[in-house]
Amino acid sequence: MAHDHHDNELDPMEVRLRALETVLTRKGLIDPQAIDAIIDTYEHRVGPRNGARVVARAWTEPDFADWLARDATAAIAAMGYTGRQGEHMRAVFNTPEAHNLVVCTLCSCYPWPVLGLPPGWYKAPAYRSRAVMAPREVLAEFGLTLPEETELRVWDSTAELRYLVVPMRPEGTAGWSAQALADLVSRDAMIGTARARVPA
Amino acid sequence: MNGPHDLGGAMGFGPVDPHADDSALHADWERRALGLVLCAGAMGLWSLDASRHARERLHPGLYYRASYFEIWLRGLETLLIEHGIVTRAELDRGGAAGGDATPALRAADVAAALARGGPCDRPLDAAPRFRPGDRVRARNMHPRGHTRLPRYVRGAEGTVEAAHGGFVLPDSHAHGLGEAPEHLYTVVFDGAALWGADAEPGLRVSVDAWESYLDPA
Repeated sequence: MAHDHHDNELDPMEVRLRALETVLTRKGLIDPQAIDAIIDTYEHRVGPRNGARVVARAWTEPDFADWLARDATAAIAAMGYTGRQGEHMRAVFNTPEAHNLVVCTLCSCYPWPVLGLPPGWYKAPAYRSRAVMAPREVLAEFGLTLPEETELRVWDSTAELRYLVVPMRPEGTAGWSAQALADLVSRDAMIGTARARVPA
Repeated sequence: MNGPHDLGGAMGFGPVDPHADDSALHADWERRALGLVLCAGAMGLWSLDASRHARERLHPGLYYRASYFEIWLRGLETLLIEHGIVTRAELDRGGAAGGDATPALRAADVAAALARGGPCDRPLDAAPRFRPGDRVRARNMHPRGHTRLPRYVRGAEGTVEAAHGGFVLPDSHAHGLGEAPEHLYTVVFDGAALWGADAEPGLRVSVDAWESYLDPA
């Protein structure tokens, strides 16, 4: 399939992708339906609702929170969230004294089984360059201003440990079910660029 | 290598715009690039470390202009050509003679393969050199090949916060030189140790560092 197309609207990367996929498929090296299955997994099955359930359970079950702090990989696996880019998990807990923020300055390491694929900004140079040097400025760009006395701890994911931030449970949620609490936990709260939502 | 990927502390990229760039996947070709990279990786010809190294070897001018999945796609092309799986001519033509290879990853096996992942911890007989609380200095090193010690911590003093046991060493594994596992540590640095007087107050930054990245301080 020569790509001597005459459609000037076709994105050059689209052309490049199609060429590579065609070559590998012709050689029998890849199954295009496996690509579809991977896309379906990360668009529809694995995403930040998984992480929100982990956080909500930690808020409602002290024993689970202890387990999560001690062995996040096992505690999260017990909820059925395992696999690629989550093989070695660590949960870091926000407190009134210290706020946690996760970055990968070298590429885009991110805990896929609990958060899905990273958002565009997480992979972009503006975030990766400044999260370790000027994180308070970065948080302000997300609309989050921390009190000056709050310590800011940044975790640069340089190895195969993957970090999940456990935000603080909002005031006014005593007696809430884990299911209702999970709705307050956004993806960004588990990266550290937001707090958990405060109920209206 | 001191490549374009090593971004910690770099300046000039402007503010983060979380709303304008919130999606994980934008165009349809990005979806297929993600799947293609994972399917090709399942052939087992290279490691994740080698994939990262193929991306960071892109020319800096290209790396900074490219979207993230363009970096992934170009890195994959590099690996496929270097391993003799495809030729540049085939990619330029967008075609190849039919082959009778068997795909390493079938659609029916995707869920299990993704849920299994690829753990990188390895048992080690050697005792760890450092313990939590030890003061260490990140080595001032500038290898030509792959490393996961970012430039902004090199030469800085920090404290070992946790020891994680043995993990595959990317500096070796990326180059097909074996797993060479070493003890891995979380090392935390005060902001001022990294950024001097320009550090924001109350900042601490940690990296996960292999034993050969560290000296006693």
